[in-house]
Amino acid sequence: MTSKSASKSLPAKFFSYRESAIFVALLLLMFFITIFAPNFISGSNLYLVARQISFVAIVAFGELFVILTGGIDLSVGSIMGLAGVVSAMAMASGQPIFLSVILGLLTGMLLGFINGILVAYVKIAPYIVTLGMQLFARGLILVITKGWPITNIPKEFLFVGQGDFLGLPVPVWFMIIIALIADFVLKKTSLGRRTYAIGGNEQATFLSGINVKKIKVGIYMISGFCAAIVGIILIARFNSAQSDTGNGWETDAIAAAVIGGTSLSGGAGSILGVIIGAAIMGVIRNGLVLMKVSTYWQTAIIGIIIVLAAVLDRVKNK
Amino acid sequence: MATCLLEMRKICKSFPGVQALDNVDFSVNAGEIVGLLGENGAGKSTLMKVLSGVYIPNSGEIIWNNQKVNFHSIVDAQGKGISIIFQELNNCPNLNAVENLFLGHEIKTHSGIIDFKEMTKKAKDIFKKLDISVPLDVTTNKLPIAMQQMVEIAKALLTNVKLLIMDEPTSSLTDKEITKLFEVIRDLRKQGIGVIFISHKLDEVQKITSRIVVLRDGKNAGELVTAGTNQQQIVSLMVGREMADFFSKRTKAPSDEIMLRVKNLSGPPYIRNVSFDLRKGEILGFAGIIGAGRTETALLMIGAQKKTQGDIYIRNAKVDIESPASAIKHSIAYLSEDRKTKSLVLAMGLRENMTMAIHSHVKGPFFTISRKKEHDVVSRYVSLLDIKATGEDQPVANLSGGNQQKVVLAKWLATKPSILILDEPTRGIDVHAKAEVHRIITQLADEGNSIILISSELPEIIALSDRVAVMHEGRLLSIMDKEGITQEKIMSKIFSA
Repeated sequence: MTSKSASKSLPAKFFSYRESAIFVALLLLMFFITIFAPNFISGSNLYLVARQISFVAIVAFGELFVILTGGIDLSVGSIMGLAGVVSAMAMASGQPIFLSVILGLLTGMLLGFINGILVAYVKIAPYIVTLGMQLFARGLILVITKGWPITNIPKEFLFVGQGDFLGLPVPVWFMIIIALIADFVLKKTSLGRRTYAIGGNEQATFLSGINVKKIKVGIYMISGFCAAIVGIILIARFNSAQSDTGNGWETDAIAAAVIGGTSLSGGAGSILGVIIGAAIMGVIRNGLVLMKVSTYWQTAIIGIIIVLAAVLDRVKNK
Repeated sequence: MATCLLEMRKICKSFPGVQALDNVDFSVNAGEIVGLLGENGAGKSTLMKVLSGVYIPNSGEIIWNNQKVNFHSIVDAQGKGISIIFQELNNCPNLNAVENLFLGHEIKTHSGIIDFKEMTKKAKDIFKKLDISVPLDVTTNKLPIAMQQMVEIAKALLTNVKLLIMDEPTSSLTDKEITKLFEVIRDLRKQGIGVIFISHKLDEVQKITSRIVVLRDGKNAGELVTAGTNQQQIVSLMVGREMADFFSKRTKAPSDEIMLRVKNLSGPPYIRNVSFDLRKGEILGFAGIIGAGRTETALLMIGAQKKTQGDIYIRNAKVDIESPASAIKHSIAYLSEDRKTKSLVLAMGLRENMTMAIHSHVKGPFFTISRKKEHDVVSRYVSLLDIKATGEDQPVANLSGGNQQKVVLAKWLATKPSILILDEPTRGIDVHAKAEVHRIITQLADEGNSIILISSELPEIIALSDRVAVMHEGRLLSIMDKEGITQEKIMSKIFSA
């Protein structure tokens, strides 16, 4: 058996990766935006863009796990919001920061757990389960907050959302660390292998003696956990928990995954792809703002990009 | 009076590694019912797929109403008046009979809206013509199978059918429904429609057809006029092949030690009281026609499907197997009958597929899977089973059927099983790979493993098995000893059930 890449030239090797094409697309995109809006490439702008990308990317990491198994999680936006509200309330009532963060994370994992049980054991379509959870969690936020923001966030916690470390925004560091862990889990561990296997052929995975249901519950918990992390960072970013935090973020998370080459039927996709996908969306949003395109058009253009990414993927895999 | 409706001459069709049809001749006259018989893999369905435009033959010609034709798609064939009714019916279960009848050629009013009134009227006419009453306002999934079938026949009649192909039409019908179906078929014949009747049930073939064409190994094995033939004649045409030297020989006899005992196993969908013993080093063949319940029995045994009743003993100790995972723990391996949909993750490589059932044996630190341990497993089985691949990460989707099957075998051998349930282990692989798989099976048994061999190919079962269990309609009819066993004996056991 020979190593398949040993004899290939460098460019050929580069393009043998699934993510190469979208990475080139990202570079081209940045290049063109810079031509029309030179301030795009300024350090302070890139700093802001990177921070925004990191939030979407972390949510999308969790979403990636779910999509890899052939499922979908439409509740990540609301889970973000609820986890943020829970943490913020705990902090505002004087609980230690550490405990407050843990409570927020547990909230995310609990909702993910419920999603997972309903999908894997009660066998309801992921679409319906997580759509229900989306509304349920959003409703719960409104019941708790009555629409008012939760303030009185401890000053020392704000660093998590607003500070920087070694020249990079702290949320970007979070993204990097979580990306490394998630990539390790997906590529090296048996949990990761099984995640891909379920998406590739659930029946074969089951007959191979793998507890598919248990894995699925775990996957939805991971998704809830990732969403909760972002929800909690965002209360530090805005110095408050808002009742509409995370509204519509499931679209961004799914879009980042799809643009990043994740197959919605499961079994194919990567953390690197998701980061590039999130970056493409973040760069386009920011570029359109800098080029003074109306926000209404921004949404429409993102819509086109998502479908275009899916079309390109279909063409490439034909 | 016999006008020749269809004539197929010297049809050849090959797939990579298999000559599925080899100079096959076949003809149907107008108003004639022809039985098409042969074992699984004899080429019946390939021939019908050539006729209905699904496959394009490599050579040979099709003469339709005295004209040479080429069918490139099902639509082509339908346009000429050839309709096929598959064993798995093709109704849309969520639509009612009228909607199904006119699917694709709905009658519309002047304003382009579907004219349900007219469609319902025509549907009633056609069912009246067939002398059957089908409720028109319920969705077809609520109709009995027999009625769903009538809907398909009626649909064929609507498209002006001249030749109707029916593939195992009686497999899920009751006797009464079969009688009704036969009346309808005879009626079609009177209208000058030709019918090709494919079935495993010889008595029905004798009852309804006027001529029988038998295929064997992709060739014409013979032709009989139905009147005056007996089943013996038909069966010997179907199976008559010499195979003594084709299969590997056992070097050891099975021991007397009982390895596995299954007692009164019952469960969904229709398995009733299946009991048998499997000895150490024994190959127990499971014979039966499609739908006999052999795969379903295996799924109950490994806990993939919940049993309603029955016990399983391994080495005389009662075991509780509630999932495939616990089957593996009890050293039972089940190689499923469909490698593409139930065994392999096609997008993954050899390595990932082969170690799928043994993640606990290839562990590294921190919940990881050790590449090195995986590599050892893969290289062992690649050389042991002589698997041809470009590398251990080559997606198995790109392997030949035979090599794919060997990867599946490797996956299960890696679990170090002592009981192997092999479900159609040689389906769809070429002759050479088949012989290799046979050699592996024989060797495994000689090494003291116990094997359940489920196969639709009787020669394979007879040559490899120490005993043969015959199943039919969810029941185990009998277990026959190797001595003096013949395909004819097995077949007549099934047909007399």
